[in-house]
Amino acid sequence: MNDTPTLFDWTGNLVSGLGVTLLITALGTALMLVVSIVLGLLARSQRLPVRGMARTIIEFFRGTSLPIQLWWLFFALPLLGIKFDAVFVGVLAFGLNYGAYGAEVVRGSINSVPRTQWEAAIALNLSPWQRMTRVIWPQAIALMIPSMNNLFIQLLKSTPLLYTISLVDLMTMGESFRFAGGNETVMYLALMVIYFILAYAVTFLSNMAEIVAKSKLGRHEGLRSVFRPRKPVPSEVAP
Amino acid sequence: MNWDWDYALRSLPVLLEHFAKYTLVATVLGTALAAVLGLVFAVIRRLRVPVLAQLTTAFIEFIRSTPLLIQLFFLFFALPSMGVTLSPMTAGVIGLGVHYACYCADVYRAGIESVPVGQWEASVALQLPEHATWTKVILPQAIRNVLPALGNYAIAMFKETPFLALITVPELLRTARTLGSDTYEYLEPLTLAGLIFLAASYPTALLLRRVERRMHAH
Repeated sequence: MNDTPTLFDWTGNLVSGLGVTLLITALGTALMLVVSIVLGLLARSQRLPVRGMARTIIEFFRGTSLPIQLWWLFFALPLLGIKFDAVFVGVLAFGLNYGAYGAEVVRGSINSVPRTQWEAAIALNLSPWQRMTRVIWPQAIALMIPSMNNLFIQLLKSTPLLYTISLVDLMTMGESFRFAGGNETVMYLALMVIYFILAYAVTFLSNMAEIVAKSKLGRHEGLRSVFRPRKPVPSEVAP
Repeated sequence: MNWDWDYALRSLPVLLEHFAKYTLVATVLGTALAAVLGLVFAVIRRLRVPVLAQLTTAFIEFIRSTPLLIQLFFLFFALPSMGVTLSPMTAGVIGLGVHYACYCADVYRAGIESVPVGQWEASVALQLPEHATWTKVILPQAIRNVLPALGNYAIAMFKETPFLALITVPELLRTARTLGSDTYEYLEPLTLAGLIFLAASYPTALLLRRVERRMHAH
């Protein structure tokens, strides 16, 4: 009798785990973008209390390590009487943590739009709203996509943590293979290859977004740059 | 359930002790490994050592795009089946060090490229041997330029040490969770763990930013 599972036996499990990983990555990324934009804009406010509050939130989430935030929300918060679903906790922790890093990207990108563009928009008598939505923001988006791509990949690479808050993600399925007596070397290599492919797919989508954003500004790039790999950088050093 | 000051004060010394013994030690050793290995990678790529340079590039790309946690599990759970058994702390330091070396390699490359071409030409003109050019002329200048960036990676690594908890290293967060599971009160130890991280990483980041600004000013 041979009951050692092979990678082939586990395909169905891996696909269902992949579904959970992708779901939380997608929702977490969406929340991260919202948090980034809101905090990034607030951190540029003229009013000290608003700016101070945004900065405090940003530094808090950047300073206190993602696993702690995740586990605090999952294990400690219920003791205060607030209990969230594990999926929600995952999305919230990823969204807030990487959103805080993203806020710095948004802020930096808006600040990097050339000074003359601001002056031109003022000279043309555009309202502050028009200035932001028609002139500054479209240029800032093209600038922020490469750094945001880094954060997307960092977020994706953090998803194996979900298995510690009882979510049945890709990592959990890999671990169940090991517990069932499967060859762990094969499984971990397979998991790494899957993550590698996912990271490349994220980069592919970001590259496309960058091409679209740039072509809207009249800067056309060859379609071949869609396949260009990017170098993921840890978020602490992302500008 | 409310915040229990007495319990918090009792857990603090244990947390701080494990923080110093495991979290800080893993960060320091991991950073040292990453700094050395990253330099080796960068020099191999720069010298275009045949085959080895291409392998290094592929390895770097692969490690950077795959999760640290799976790499740690690979070192801790898969290597024993191939006859190599590592202690949790050794596996953790190797995992962190190798992962971050792949980022540091690029930092060093930028640092080496930032050394003016004239320095290379002067070394040739002075007939310095190749290894003296590297060790006496290029690297001292390159490394000085990249120190702030390496410091940033050290902070990033510091914040990833909780991953080591999952391969049974009793670092700060694992200790907090163990305390929590003994008493069913996770609130105090986990909160304190978060605050210790903040207290350690935020001032370091501020200091690094200041050093960086000063170096750019020169």
